[in-house]
Amino acid sequence: MAISEAVNQRAFARAPRRGAATLLLEDERWLAAALLLPTVILLGLFIAYPFVEGVLLSVSNARVGIPGHFVGLANFTALLSDSIFRVAVWNTFVYTAVATVLKLALGLWLALLLNRHFRGKAFTRAFILLPFIIPTVLSTFAWKWMFDPTFSVINWTLFQFGLIHGRINWLGNPDLALISVIIVNVWRGVPFFAISLLAGLQTINPELQEAAAIDGAKPWQRFWHVTWPLLLPVTMVVMLFSIIQTFADFQLVYVLTGGGPANATQLFATYAYQVGVGTGLLSEGAAISLAMFPFLLIIVVVQLLYIRRVEVH
Amino acid sequence: MARVLLRNLNRMYDEVPAVKDVNLEIRDKEFVVLVGPSGCGKTTTLRMVAGLESITSGEVLIGDTVVNDLPPMDRDIAMVFQNYALYPHMSVYDNMAFGLKMRGVDRAEIGKRVQEAADILGIGEYLKRKPRQLSGGQRQRVALGRAIVRHPQVFLFDEPLSNLDAKLRVQMRVELKKLHSRLNTTAVYVTHDQVEAMTLGDRVVVMRGGEVQQVGEPLELYNAPANRFVAGFLGSPAMNFAAVRVSNGASGLRADSPGFSIDVPSEIDPRLRPYAGREVTMGIRPEDLHIANGGDPPGLCLDGIVEVVERLGAEILLDLQVGGQTMVVSVEPTVRAQRGDKLRFVLRPNRLHFFDPASEAAI
Repeated sequence: MAISEAVNQRAFARAPRRGAATLLLEDERWLAAALLLPTVILLGLFIAYPFVEGVLLSVSNARVGIPGHFVGLANFTALLSDSIFRVAVWNTFVYTAVATVLKLALGLWLALLLNRHFRGKAFTRAFILLPFIIPTVLSTFAWKWMFDPTFSVINWTLFQFGLIHGRINWLGNPDLALISVIIVNVWRGVPFFAISLLAGLQTINPELQEAAAIDGAKPWQRFWHVTWPLLLPVTMVVMLFSIIQTFADFQLVYVLTGGGPANATQLFATYAYQVGVGTGLLSEGAAISLAMFPFLLIIVVVQLLYIRRVEVH
Repeated sequence: MARVLLRNLNRMYDEVPAVKDVNLEIRDKEFVVLVGPSGCGKTTTLRMVAGLESITSGEVLIGDTVVNDLPPMDRDIAMVFQNYALYPHMSVYDNMAFGLKMRGVDRAEIGKRVQEAADILGIGEYLKRKPRQLSGGQRQRVALGRAIVRHPQVFLFDEPLSNLDAKLRVQMRVELKKLHSRLNTTAVYVTHDQVEAMTLGDRVVVMRGGEVQQVGEPLELYNAPANRFVAGFLGSPAMNFAAVRVSNGASGLRADSPGFSIDVPSEIDPRLRPYAGREVTMGIRPEDLHIANGGDPPGLCLDGIVEVVERLGAEILLDLQVGGQTMVVSVEPTVRAQRGDKLRFVLRPNRLHFFDPASEAAI
């Protein structure tokens, strides 16, 4: 009894004096607000404000130097009859779908390989990330050289092996151009898939593989019945990120082809840039950008619902 | 139904041996327990039988077939893992049915076998649940069920009870024992718990540092340990050891230590005689010492000062100070001993163990 009293007294004696601000932050509601403030400011300044500005622009007839006035949905109805816009929409979907499927397939394959034990594992894992780390514009310029009809190292190699006899015009041929930009997007995006899926694979208890092996499952069956279902939540999140990024991709195409030849690689973002900044039709450019929004929203909602379902079950 | 035979089995990890020259015959329908401290090679041995670990040299036979190069699925074994290793995304039913599905057993037969196993284990009402909706004990049963439905030739258990709480562990231990007598299948069981080993095993294999120390029935190991390690590992509280000097006395050999002096029983005399004049390790189990009454032969008595009294209910453990060495004695719960009491104990002469100080082998 005597000891506990002494301890209590000491605690009182040592309690520091508190200022008004300290007292205010002792209240959890004020503390929460204070901690949230920086994030709210940043998000508001760099996400919400531009978004609202974009919406306002898209319903006006502003051009560079002309503030413009409200025109309702005129810019959007004009898009419906814009053939280049339709090409850009189609290209964006092809670009996103093909690139995402390839990134998933290659990324998963790499992740499965990297999940094995081998010499130099840590080094290889770090090495794999390189395409992801190099600034996109720089690596894309390197690819531009590799695709150059005259200096292309790819053409040279294929020629030396006797696989081709003429030069391939990678970025000049409309069909090849879209394939080429997809290749570069896949090259840049695979590391993200590989490393994220590898992290997912490492959370799967290796004993499950052993139990399945004893249960009589062959390697392919072990992957299909055990690994894949357990990796699915991670896969869905990675896909979600990748689809959003690929759908709104700009730098790659801008550097490689600028949307050409003849709009063969024109995407939402590059077309919006071309119209809005290139030709100064700010309001129409904003409308093209915003047209992405409903598509992305649907994709995100569907995937989030799916992720929730997978995680609950 | 099959026996399991291990012949000169070795497993090296980067030049470090994990399992060294293990030779063992596990008879048909026998329940054999591999026991030892962490890193003794017991789990590695089991995993080599399962086919989950490659064999550096030697042979594993299941039935009459050398299975060294057979994948786990072709060995006709079932294994229960320490962490259950249930497929988290499958229902209890699917967990148990998985192995049968993979082997192409038809649907009706799968349903029958799963139901049968679920009835035996009392998990019939959980069949639709996912593993994470089950308690540890229930998961353990599902893991057992997954092994049972397969009707394998050999069951392998890798510390299956170590994640359960103490009470449940005792209960599951009894159930495992019943299950084995009901299924009547060869079983190899790995544990670090000597009580599990003693209670479950028809025979127990004690391992240390990758080597088999002794193989035998539980009481055989308990009463006649082959070396100091086995003596100290089996039994709780552990056997007391004391360094003693063997000398020739007037009436035969004597074993002397700073705290006591004991007449060596005549039946041990011939074996201990070569050690006369040298130091050996003497061992005596806590239950083989009793509080002396006046009539006990002084040559079998030692005096100790009580340092700690542990009242366990069914018995009392006394930690004694005997000439600078600590000894634990188990006494009747009626004994009223206090810290600091000086008591005289008599030891059972036929329960004395002597070990060579260099090789640690029993003398």
